[in-house]
Amino acid sequence: MGNLEGGELSSYEATGVPTPEHLERILPPKERLKKGSVVIIECIQKIPCDPCAHICKFEAITKGSLTDPPEVNYEKCTGCGECVAACPGLAIFVVNTKYRNDKALVTIPYELLPTPKRGEIYEALDRDGKKVGEAGIINARKVKNGTAVVTIAVKRHLAMDVRNIGRKLK
Amino acid sequence: MQDSNSVIEQSTSVKGMNSDLRIRKHPILEFERGRLVTIHLNGEKIKAYEGETIVAALYAAGIKTYSRSVKYGRPRGFLCGIGKCSSCLMRVNGMPHVRTCLALVEDGMKIEYEKGHGESPIATEVEVKEERVDTDLIVIGGGPAGLSAAITAANLGVDVFVVDENPKIGGQLIKQTHKFFGSKQNYANVRGIEIAKMLLRDLREADAKWTVNASAIGYYESKKHMLAVVQNNSKLIEVRADEIVVSTGARENMLLFPNNDLPGIYGAGGVQTLMNVYGIKPGNDALIIGAGNVGLIVGYQLIQAGVNVKMVVEAMPKIGGYLVHAAKLRRLGVPILTHHTIKAAEGKGHVEGATIVELDENWQPIEGTEEHIDVDLVCLAVGLTPSSEILFQAGCKQAYIPELGGLVAIHNEDLETTLKGMYVAGDVSGIEEASTAMMEGRITGANAAMKLGKDRAKAEKVREESLKHLEGLRSSPFSERVLKGKKKAWEIWREAN
Repeated sequence: MGNLEGGELSSYEATGVPTPEHLERILPPKERLKKGSVVIIECIQKIPCDPCAHICKFEAITKGSLTDPPEVNYEKCTGCGECVAACPGLAIFVVNTKYRNDKALVTIPYELLPTPKRGEIYEALDRDGKKVGEAGIINARKVKNGTAVVTIAVKRHLAMDVRNIGRKLK
Repeated sequence: MQDSNSVIEQSTSVKGMNSDLRIRKHPILEFERGRLVTIHLNGEKIKAYEGETIVAALYAAGIKTYSRSVKYGRPRGFLCGIGKCSSCLMRVNGMPHVRTCLALVEDGMKIEYEKGHGESPIATEVEVKEERVDTDLIVIGGGPAGLSAAITAANLGVDVFVVDENPKIGGQLIKQTHKFFGSKQNYANVRGIEIAKMLLRDLREADAKWTVNASAIGYYESKKHMLAVVQNNSKLIEVRADEIVVSTGARENMLLFPNNDLPGIYGAGGVQTLMNVYGIKPGNDALIIGAGNVGLIVGYQLIQAGVNVKMVVEAMPKIGGYLVHAAKLRRLGVPILTHHTIKAAEGKGHVEGATIVELDENWQPIEGTEEHIDVDLVCLAVGLTPSSEILFQAGCKQAYIPELGGLVAIHNEDLETTLKGMYVAGDVSGIEEASTAMMEGRITGANAAMKLGKDRAKAEKVREESLKHLEGLRSSPFSERVLKGKKKAWEIWREAN
């Protein structure tokens, strides 16, 4: 089957959580992260799928073929977040590490009830579903296709780990 | 792990309502329920909503046993929810062996548990109507493949008649709340439930005829193809058609383990039917067997329906489904344990728990790794088998092709079987997914139109475009296996012709 490159079975395929090596392949360069809002597409398999490439107005996301994983031109990406709800796999996030001195913003797709509201505090969960901190809801909007796009503020050092929210805390 | 996500309304009064498992709020779905009616189970009054199947209404009232095994009297729940497994056969208004997962409730309906093999109806109890339909093309099964075939053919000027044995047309699309992959041509980023609506709209606009609760039960030889179709257990429709597209889909595979027949253990698709079509919470704590796309997607949908998903176990060393689907479950805190399987289910009358076990490199259980978990719901997502019965009865040549899910009617690239004018499309031609099923449907619809001498140039164009899209969809490594199976089927077809 060999859907991931490299031949040997990776722990990503055994657990569903990407390894640091896999993340390295999909994360924007550090220099670009420092500049503010930017997309992170956590999709590395060859899936026949292309809405992300079609929705980007800035032509920052391209696909070599229908099944090639998306490629991001980070210089073109403005971090607008239009692609977050356009991804059928809910695999697109936007991170802004420049939000505040100690805080970063993470924008996530969300499809559970209740839809979070601005000002609420939720558990901040990592890719493993573990609580790693608190997430303040900065913005939440439900797009036409039913997916909510939620922007949360988390401690800056958690920006590359937090990918979900859990229980509502207040 | 998760908060109860959807809201279950606790109503009072009549039996069935104070333990009502109906979902009222859901992040994606809105459930439109019909008029409140009363049905009778062995004399007991139960409230139901029009539009619900008998199984859905009984389940909502907390009744999860519908039949008993003939020899040992073991309780049987529903397994498949789409009329394929016979676990839910009951006597309804005097009619024995009614598939209560397909039959809709009616006010005053009398439902009884059957004893043993059941009793024949008294002749006067049931009035049988008859009808004859002559058409260019009959499509058996109105899922993504069948509807695409029907729409394509009807748009090319073919007289089309679609029969589907479920109460709602759309096949498995009507329970798919997730957004589809693919490209624009195959509804990328549109949820399955929305694709079903679009196809139904196109079907109406194309002026195709269709009917539901109608099963094609037999093929007969005549000048044209002839099929016996039974509707609502009370009407016999004799259909004569020049061309047939069989798009009957698939049934879910069972897994062998002690107590695998306990109510509470269902096919993943059956669970989807219950929670996403009828809005009924299937359980509180779930275990999912199989980390292919079906298992992963159903796990996520269960959480959306307010069910606590305890874990997914997968016997293979790796997750078979897309990692993006797996990631959605993992970041909700659901563990996916590869090299693990279910050893046994436990419970009296209903599943109360399960024992899982780790497997070694040779698929053997590793002693001492057993772990018990409390669950009241086990979803089996261990693959599908093509529903080929009508094809084999009609005499289509078959072959066992494991890559396609088992016995399939062999066919060529245009999906024609060894019987002239009889096509297959979708899962019945080899287990794949809805996007490819739609393309296969289009190919068969275009072929049927060409055979019938309709707009040839236009039909040929649709055929070629669909073949090209299908090739594109199958260019991913995930399709390697199915493509290998398809090539076998094509090769065997060529040898046979």
